[in-house]
Parts: sequence; C-alpha cells; structure tokens
Amino acid sequence: MRSLVVIAGKELLESVRNRWVVAATLLLGALALSLTLVGATPTGTVGVAPLDIVVVSLSSLGILLLPLIALLISHDALVGEIERGTMLLLLTYPVARWQIVLGKFLGHLAVLAIATLIGFGAAALAVLATAEVDRQSWQAFAAMTGASVLLGAAFVAIGSCASALARSRAAAAAVAICLWLVFVVVFDLALLGLLVADQGARIGAGAVETALLFNPTDVYRLLNLTGFANVSLFSGMAGLGGTVSLGPAVLVAALAAWVAVPLGIATLLFARREL
Amino acid sequence: MSTETTAGGRIVDVVAVAKRYGPVEAVRDVSLAAQAGECVALVGHNGAGKTTLMKLMLGLIRPSAGRVAVLGADPAARDPAARRHIGFLPENVAFNPALTGRELLGFYARLKGEPAGEVDRLLGVVGLAEAADRRVGTWSKGMRQRLGLAQALLAQPALLLLDEPTSGLDPALRGSLYGLVRSLARDGAGVLISTHALSELEGVADRVVILDRGRVLASGSLAELRRLARLPIRVRVTVEEPAAAPDWLRREGARVNGHAFDLTCAPDDKMALLRRVAAGEGAIRDVEVAVPTVDELYAHFLARGQDREGLR
Repeated sequence: MRSLVVIAGKELLESVRNRWVVAATLLLGALALSLTLVGATPTGTVGVAPLDIVVVSLSSLGILLLPLIALLISHDALVGEIERGTMLLLLTYPVARWQIVLGKFLGHLAVLAIATLIGFGAAALAVLATAEVDRQSWQAFAAMTGASVLLGAAFVAIGSCASALARSRAAAAAVAICLWLVFVVVFDLALLGLLVADQGARIGAGAVETALLFNPTDVYRLLNLTGFANVSLFSGMAGLGGTVSLGPAVLVAALAAWVAVPLGIATLLFARREL
Repeated sequence: MSTETTAGGRIVDVVAVAKRYGPVEAVRDVSLAAQAGECVALVGHNGAGKTTLMKLMLGLIRPSAGRVAVLGADPAARDPAARRHIGFLPENVAFNPALTGRELLGFYARLKGEPAGEVDRLLGVVGLAEAADRRVGTWSKGMRQRLGLAQALLAQPALLLLDEPTSGLDPALRGSLYGLVRSLARDGAGVLISTHALSELEGVADRVVILDRGRVLASGSLAELRRLARLPIRVRVTVEEPAAAPDWLRREGARVNGHAFDLTCAPDDKMALLRRVAAGEGAIRDVEVAVPTVDELYAHFLARGQDREGLR
C-alpha cells in the first residue's frame, strides 16, 4: 500500500514537472469555458437550464479529449522507463511489479482527475456567474464529471496495457493513437455502417446495446446522455434514452470493467516481461 | 544484516548457472560465491556476462540452467520485501532529469522504508549535498553516478552489486568509492563489483573472477592468480659503467638506455637473481623489480582461455 502511494506520488510529481498537469488542465478548461460561453448563445432565450447544455457539450468534448489525454500520459508509463533504463533499478527495489503498474495508474489518474475537475469546474463556475442552476442540473453535472474521470481511468488503463506490450516507446505511441482512433472514430462508424447495411433485418436493439458496451466511449455517452431527462432531451438522445434498457448501474459497472480488465492485462504482461 | 545471511555467511551462491537468450549463450556453467565481508570483482570485456550475472543475482531474469541463491533464497521467486537488503548500482544509471537529486533519493528511500534523514546523510557521503536541489538533468555524468551510488547504499545493504561503478568518475572519486566499498565490506556486507578496469582493484577486491564470453576463465585472489599465471618477473639493473658490468649480466640481460639491463625470470627464481645482482656490489647502481600488472594477468588468462577455445 505504502509503495503504491510512493510510486503514484512520484508519477504525479513528474507530471507536474513535465507540465502535463498544467497542459491538460488548460486544454480542458479553455475548451470547456469556450463551449460554455459560445454554447449559451443559441439557447439563451428558450428557457433551457444552461448547465444542462454544458453537460451535453462537455460530454461530447470529453469523448474526444479525455481518451486522448489519458493515452498520451499513460502509453509511456512502463516502456518509457524501460527504454530510459530507470525501470531496471526500480525492479531491484522492494516493490512488486503489480505495484508499479497500479501505482503509475493511480498517479496518472490523479493527473487526469485534477485536470477534469479544474477544467470542468471552471465551466460550471462560469455558468453559475450568469444564471441560476437547479439541483437536478447540478446532479447531472456532477455525474458527468464523475463519468469523465471514470472514462479517463479506462483509457489510462488501456494505455498502460499498450505500454506493457510495446517493445519501444515509438511503438507504444503508435498503438495509443490507433486505439484512440478505433474507440473514438472507427468503432461507431463501423457500427453505423453495419446497421445501415442491415436495414434492421437481423440486428436488434439488444445486440446494438451489447455492442456499445464493448466501447468505453459509447458507455460514457450512454451514461451521460440518457441518465437525466433534461440532458437526454437536449442531446437529441431522448428517443434513444427511452429505449435503452441498460441502467446507470450497468453502465458504470461496464466502465469499471474497462478500467479493471486492461489494468489486469497490463499487470500480467509486465509481470512476464524480462529486461 | 546478519539475520539475512545463511549459516556459512554465504551471501551469494551461484552454482553451474547458464543463461541463454535464444541461440546466444550469455553465461555458461558459471559458479561463484561471495561471503559476508568479502569483496568480489567480476572482470571481463563488454559482453563477457558480467551484467547478466548481476541480473540473475537480482532475480530480474531466471537462469536457463543451474541454481542461484542470494541471502539464502532464490532471488527470482522470493518476496519483493527481501530486496530491501540488496543495493544495486546499474551500469549507465539513469534518472528522470526533471526531478532534483533530493526528490529522487527521497523516492528510493521511501520505497526502502528509510527515514528522510538518511537522504541528507547519504547525499553528504557522496558529496552531493550542495547540488541536491538542482534538477538531475543539469548534472554531470559523475554526479549522476554518485547519486546512483547513494541509492545503492540506502538501508545498509547486506549485498551490494556495483556494475561498472567507476565509469564517469574522476580518480579522486574512484578512490573514495573504493574506500566506501571497503568500509561496507568491513561492516559485513558482501560486495560484487563488475569492471573492465582490473588495475583499479588492487587492494580493493578480495577475490577476482575473470570472465570471457560467459565463462569463468580464472578466479582467486590477485596473489593466487599471479601464482597460477606464472608470468615472468622483470628486473631492470642499472650499472655505473656498462663496460664494467658483470659478465653474466651482459650475457643474459638485454641492454637498454646505455646503462641498464633488462632481465626476466620465473617468480620462483626471483630471490636467486636478486642475490646475484647484490653480489655485483659497486658496479650496480640501482635495481627495479616489476611484478606483472593485473592488466597483464588479465591479458594472460584471456589469451589462455582463447587458446583452449581454439583446441576444441
């Protein structure tokens, strides 16, 4: 336990030094603020709760950015230290290999959580300064922020997996970019293409739902956009929200599995690696 | 420390170990041991198998054949907590350049459960107290090497493994490094040093293991190796007047620089030769005796090993 905290703490310190924390926070904060300010324009007079709009736009932003930041931070975690020669020394210390994987994961998750909380928090404060916000909207916002951190955790775990597998840092970076493309772009396009080609003949709603569980970004989308009545209305997902049978508990569990399984695989891969 | 050693005080026990990487045999049929309080040097060229042996002793890799025991246990199978008693300085030690020396040593100290006071003490021991709060990226290679040594000394190791510890150190620092090594060994630690600079080891290593392409060519104390090698001893006799030099000297010696003669003899004949020189009395101005240097010893064993290889 102690070793986990020590390793996570060093990882966080390195990220602060390497400006990862500042860069990620500024990126998320700047985009969240601009979405909030610009996004308020079209809905300003319709009487829509402004924070709900922010939840919808921020979660669309999060789907693109959070996996990217998480993969950028984590793909280097193991292979980077192996390549720079610092891992050899670390492995001679009284730490188990799983503690190294998990400790680094926790450190990177802390970086991501700080960036998300501050970045999204800035957007929430901007809304608060200009409009009144009811309790339900706050709940939706808090849930979306929590889900964003969980999505980030899933991609930090996936990135760790790539890092444990790759032979070089360059290979890990290439794998990370490919994973991002697959989960954020290709998967949905492929599913859409499949559905269009099928014309509803064989693939039912249940199958589509199950398929969506195999992509953490889709789980995140479902979790945010169908979880709250107002939010799903503005997101244009109300129709879908009515038909999705997966409850928030199942979706959260699916995201948690997307954290645990890659992390477990990363631990196994790293434990078997000789260096 | 003593609780960690086995009954015989044997800290490292490597028996008939081989390690293959695919078709490459990095180490073959190597046996060596180190007792508590002993300093053993592994000597060999790059690729002789020194680092592989250290990795085997650290449990980072498993032997393809044979047995490795460190502090009485298999290093690859044991509980990581036992690694607290092993200090290791890797060859070309690397650190994250964005952190300061104090932060890095503090990190390693926390992993070994050492108090923060130890960090300051060790930074002082290796002479880095003043640079401690600067980023390691701005340090010289010698300073990084000293930080590497400081982390290896954390928690009073029962076994200290130093892989090419003097690379990047100036002569004064080499001296203080070997001084540290001797004092650790006196306190009962086992020390293994790998190096290709054999000449530095005189007075440091209790035993020397000469490795070549994964095999042990010879092992023993430097004095034992000298006896084994039976390399000739060189005696240079300087005379007052070459024409007045004793006949035997002019016959047997090779003349150099006008006033000197070089002689060689087997180690056992050294005293007899010196007596003859002493009998020359007034005609002799000076006598220099040169025993073979450790580098010559090394070259001798290396050449002998390669001859044997050729016979096979």
